[in-house]
Amino acid sequence: MKTVGELSWRIGGPQGSGVDTAARLFSLAASLGGLNVLGRREYYSNIIGRHSYYDVRLSATRQPRSHRIRVDLLTSFEAETLARHALSVVPGGGIIYNVKDEDTPFLRITFLDERVRQDLARVLTEEGVEHTTSTKGLLELAEKRGVQLYPVPYDELFKTLSERFDVPLGIAQRTRNTLAVALSFALLEFPREFLKEALARVFASKPKVVELNQAAVDVIYDYMASSHSNLAFDFRLEGVTQDGPRMMLNANQAVAIGKLAGGLTFQTYYPISPATDESVYLEAHTTYRTREGDEQGVVVVQTEDEISAIAMASGAALTGARAATATSGPGFSLMVEQLGWTSMTETPLVITLYMRGGPSTGMPTRTDQGDLFFALFAGHGEAPRIVYASGDVEEAFYDAIRTLNYAEMFQMPVIHLVDKALASTTVTLPVPDPTQVPIRRGEIFVPEEDEGQRIVKRFSLDTETGISPRVLLGTPHVHHWMTGGEHTEEGRVTEDPVIRVRMHDKRLAKLEYAAKTIPAEEKFQVFGPEDADFTVISWGSTKGAILEALEILEQKGLRGRFVQVKLLMPFPKEIAPLLERRPLILVELTRTAQLARLLRMELGVEVDHRILKYSGRPFSFEELVDALEAVLERREEEVTVLQLFE
Amino acid sequence: MAVETKPRWTVKDFRAPYEVDWCPGCGDFGILNAIYQALAQMGVSPHETVVVGGIGCSGKAQYYVNAYGVHTLHGRPLPVATGIKLANPNLKVFVVSGDGDSMAIGAAHFVNGGRRNVDITYIMFNNEVYGLTKGQASPTLPLGLQTKSLPEPNIQGNINALMLAFTTGYTWIGRGYAYNIKQLVRLIREATEHPGLAFLEVLQPCPTYNNLHTKDWYQGRLYDINEEGYDPVLPPDADDATRRDLYARFMEKVFEWGDRIPTGVFLVNRNLPTFEERIAERQPHYRIHPPALTRIRDDEGRSLLDIQPFYEEHRAR
Repeated sequence: MKTVGELSWRIGGPQGSGVDTAARLFSLAASLGGLNVLGRREYYSNIIGRHSYYDVRLSATRQPRSHRIRVDLLTSFEAETLARHALSVVPGGGIIYNVKDEDTPFLRITFLDERVRQDLARVLTEEGVEHTTSTKGLLELAEKRGVQLYPVPYDELFKTLSERFDVPLGIAQRTRNTLAVALSFALLEFPREFLKEALARVFASKPKVVELNQAAVDVIYDYMASSHSNLAFDFRLEGVTQDGPRMMLNANQAVAIGKLAGGLTFQTYYPISPATDESVYLEAHTTYRTREGDEQGVVVVQTEDEISAIAMASGAALTGARAATATSGPGFSLMVEQLGWTSMTETPLVITLYMRGGPSTGMPTRTDQGDLFFALFAGHGEAPRIVYASGDVEEAFYDAIRTLNYAEMFQMPVIHLVDKALASTTVTLPVPDPTQVPIRRGEIFVPEEDEGQRIVKRFSLDTETGISPRVLLGTPHVHHWMTGGEHTEEGRVTEDPVIRVRMHDKRLAKLEYAAKTIPAEEKFQVFGPEDADFTVISWGSTKGAILEALEILEQKGLRGRFVQVKLLMPFPKEIAPLLERRPLILVELTRTAQLARLLRMELGVEVDHRILKYSGRPFSFEELVDALEAVLERREEEVTVLQLFE
Repeated sequence: MAVETKPRWTVKDFRAPYEVDWCPGCGDFGILNAIYQALAQMGVSPHETVVVGGIGCSGKAQYYVNAYGVHTLHGRPLPVATGIKLANPNLKVFVVSGDGDSMAIGAAHFVNGGRRNVDITYIMFNNEVYGLTKGQASPTLPLGLQTKSLPEPNIQGNINALMLAFTTGYTWIGRGYAYNIKQLVRLIREATEHPGLAFLEVLQPCPTYNNLHTKDWYQGRLYDINEEGYDPVLPPDADDATRRDLYARFMEKVFEWGDRIPTGVFLVNRNLPTFEERIAERQPHYRIHPPALTRIRDDEGRSLLDIQPFYEEHRAR
């Protein structure tokens, strides 16, 4: 039976060849046709040449929440994509490829790792196909498994295009990405108008490019009509009507726009993957329009290092500006001393931490959740901070506003955890409402009229909550000091034991105040029935895959509940009763199951099972279904997930 | 150069009512007195003034000034001060930093600060030693010298701070001496009134740990280059020849050391826009709504951001 309106599509190619553009065109066209989209990008720390690929999952009926390991339609224009991904295509699915690549030896593919070559040869040998060292074997195996093969003479198509529109061949070849997308849509019988509209939008500033690419779409649709039919292919797409406007964003963009919505006026950064895109987005949007029609905006400074980035943002925060910085593991390592300073001086500051594979340089462009403990405990001494994690792109928008609020309400640094996976996941979503999360600025000292100049107790101990009203630098009639040293109420260095104890108590009391003040629904979310057969606990970007996996398991009679922890410091102790439906299963992108350790530390609760992945790639729901079944049916204590060709 | 205004605040007003814990005879006292006098003469008020210090003896100076005082980490006063100034350009921002703070642990910030030219007055207290940790060699102590705490002569060379400031783009460069308060007041005022990043090195004996470059040693060696006719100003319309001439004179002076040690104003370059002006050029709203003074919510506390342009940019349907 044909699947209509649901599809997992993958395109791959050398970095710099336009894979991203192709995926953007595909996603946008699908979305214009009413489909819900989730895109996921995997790429190397490289500018040109190494393999990158992009998964786009489409659904006519609901928003996909995670990518899929199994691919319905693979589109490639070179051999490396075939080599790396042909084995991922499902029976009944299809592979579109360049006829030139049908017999390329693996050894001739420059960037194909030796480990991949060996595993490909091993799998092909085990499967008993004739050719075990070239793409020919992969295509042979695919066909044997019921995958439809669609060889395409790319060179002839370019030639046709060049002749028909009288453009040089080189120009015609630049439509390669459009070709790849058009081939896919033509095979899927998806109306070409949506792709043409997407082209007009993506290349809006270049009418000639639009014209040529739109012409290329017709060439491809004609070619496919005469050469390949959808008949044997298990998938079809059609345009559907959907309610309401939709945007398409990744988490870099969502956080950036969320920060603007939250009143950010000062951002600093030092370039680092995968955090940079957020700051560069802000640099491109330093001026925005308010609802009242004014122009205002944000100052963005690229600094000499991450030490300067956090120090500069701290300085801005002292004046009352809403300030933030964005970084990844190595940069956050450099920031740690100043993190302690902001905690000591009770300076509101947001650090958006895009986690990537560590330790050290690790894997700059691959995802990981291994920075949880680092965020919780970074720095010397007992330095209060708030640690908050977003579960998906939409959350990232609202959480960007919330974290700016927390920083000012509780006068401490807030580490907003996102990761590479969310940063390079693009989804369709309803237009976020900036007014949904009110802006709260905490207690700010207001001077009395002309009382003369006096020293003010910025760090007043006359407080139940630990909060002393913030005195913004420049506030008239008063002044005070502030220091990373232990200090008096006026902010002057002291080593007095009694003042030390009172100040330390005051700063730490704010964590209790935060725990009392932040509403439960912002601290954690619970999904699934109260009388579930098992409980999954996790945090961060695993959310989407877990929710989809639980739905599938429910259809199989396994009813699970999911507790998503968002506030990790101060830890929400009230989740303890929610973890009683056993077994309790941790899902995390680490080797060391950090949240399980945190649960033991904070609640004395032990998890029963751990599902872990630390290859640098995010979970797909399919992997979690398999892993949860292994845990629930075979009682495996720990399942680690690893794909050979991801 | 300085405009005389009737001071509303006196030296007494800027003197913070707390005990000072520098060693007796420390050059820092001279610098502090010069700061008080300069502030009083310039007519700025304490609440508009922010003094940002690092770690070390110099990093205590802000505690003794009645003004907003920010005591940062070792090496970080300049980036913190930059954040303060950019977020609220109405404030007068001073950095008080030491030779270790500026030239060693904070060197990256010192260098890159020059690229920005934020309107800050940067005073570097240079006594060639790390006093608070008992006299180790700092990056400004010349190679081969052995101050009294060093077990061996200094095995590392020294940085010429004025030259470094010059090559990295500081637009006002001067040098004073901790015990020549009259000159120092003039230099601090000129540095502060200069629109842009001004670097003032203050030579300063450390009576406890620097037994080589003492008050007696400096006596008779120091002279004022401006009194000897050195013109530090790079004219707005300077041609290449004028520019080269000033740079050559500058180099000659900053490398002079020994029997004669030059002080005074070495460079005044008003031809580069400040970082604030560069931002305002791109974002005209910056002048009206700098980050600290931007209204970010309406009376009900709701965000003011109009999401519509973002929707249009990222419209999926």
